[in-house]
Amino acid sequence: MNDFFLQLLSITIDTVFDVLPIVIIIFAFQFLVIRQPVPHMKQVLLGFLYVLLGLSFFLVGLKQALFPIGGLMAKQLTDPIFIYGSLENVPQFFHWSDYKWVYIFAASIGFSTTIAEPSLLAVALKAHEVSAGTISVWGLRVAVALGVAFGIALGTYRIVSGTPLYYYIIGGYVIVIIQTFFAPKMIIALAYDSGGVTTSTVTVPLVTALGLGLANTVPGRSALLDGFGLIAFASLFPIISVMAYAQLSQSRWLQNIKKE
Amino acid sequence: MKNSLISIFKTLYLSLRDLYPIILVIAFFQVVVLQQPIPHLLQILSGTLLVVIGLSLFVQGLQMGLFPIGESMAYAFARKGSLFWLLAFSFALGFGTTIAEPALIAVADEAADVAAAAGTVANSLQAKASYADGLRLTVAFSVGFALIIGVLRILRGWPIQYLIVGGYIGVVIMTIFAPDDIIGIAYDSGGVTTSTMTVPLVTALGVGLASSIKGRNPMVDGFGLIAFASLTPMIFVMLYGMMR
Repeated sequence: MNDFFLQLLSITIDTVFDVLPIVIIIFAFQFLVIRQPVPHMKQVLLGFLYVLLGLSFFLVGLKQALFPIGGLMAKQLTDPIFIYGSLENVPQFFHWSDYKWVYIFAASIGFSTTIAEPSLLAVALKAHEVSAGTISVWGLRVAVALGVAFGIALGTYRIVSGTPLYYYIIGGYVIVIIQTFFAPKMIIALAYDSGGVTTSTVTVPLVTALGLGLANTVPGRSALLDGFGLIAFASLFPIISVMAYAQLSQSRWLQNIKKE
Repeated sequence: MKNSLISIFKTLYLSLRDLYPIILVIAFFQVVVLQQPIPHLLQILSGTLLVVIGLSLFVQGLQMGLFPIGESMAYAFARKGSLFWLLAFSFALGFGTTIAEPALIAVADEAADVAAAAGTVANSLQAKASYADGLRLTVAFSVGFALIIGVLRILRGWPIQYLIVGGYIGVVIMTIFAPDDIIGIAYDSGGVTTSTMTVPLVTALGVGLASSIKGRNPMVDGFGLIAFASLTPMIFVMLYGMMR
């Protein structure tokens, strides 16, 4: 129990240092440049306190529950003993489908961690408010999470197969550019944004553990050169899935515009 | 105070709903695929409870603190009409929040190891530290630069797709010339720059600006700042890798 409070304290201090530059910049500009009192100052300060405490609790909980077991599972699923039954069975040439559980795990952990990602939630809340309810918070989050799931699964396949990263990324860009022509104008900026918000507190540590675990155990891969890149997949594919989501629900948009 | 307590309980329920997919995934893989008992069950349950409480507090704090202040500052800058100070604020916000970002520090250190292994920098602690610091400065600068471009775009109403597609073409061209060992790190650095604190603030700033300027639509013009902040680091990091 004592350990727990020590950990909570040390993480809270870390979070304070994270938040500090933002608070300094905001209040410096507020008092030196804008020179106006902040409306509802008390409420804003309380809000910052909530954010600070919330993030600390969140991180302590993740470190206690999710990261150890997630990291352990990534290690076990990529272990040759799990994949081939025993070390003697490891074939000289492996087939990419030997790693099927890894892809399934990658997709499901990508989906579920994205749903819980706080910064995605923040953007979804704002988009819901600004679009006057046309974009549902849940719909946007599921669309982004599906993109991340597909992206990370494809990213693990890339590590297993050892194909160059830039083929996939540049291919993804081409799809994004084509979709941009056809997607409703309203969604474009939001779709581009959703690529950047998927990868923060929850997703990055788990996905990194998975990538390094794979690159370490797949024969012929190096952790240093092949372990990177999963985050890039997780930031690219949500752009595609959010634009697809918008194209699918375009009829709802059109109805809304007609009403106005 | 009483009202905020009630809404905390409401968000508690919503947070719990957000987390159950993770619990399902972990339980399924542990029990069905790996066929092992779940270790430290009690610790996992208490950790999950903390995550739920934390997420709820965070959402509550967003609505009370980060969103309102981001928007009120956007309105204040728009009324003041000083482009210089608005851009200075945007740069400071981008640079200041990125340079201290823990995920970036971790990636920069790993990148230094990669560069040392590839022989691009000397394999000494000092050389690696200076390489990592240079990388962090590069990324922080590029995020500050991205917010300047993004805010200018909102003010002028430039369509976002031309800028982003132009940026993509920049990434593709840089990929051809950049050394192989920097490409993965460069692509990843786009994703790690935007932290949980920065995203709500930057989103509120963009939406606030777009709704306070006549002729801008907050949905079409207000979003997109984060997209720039995830794109420019890729280009600048590859440039950094080429100049080393």
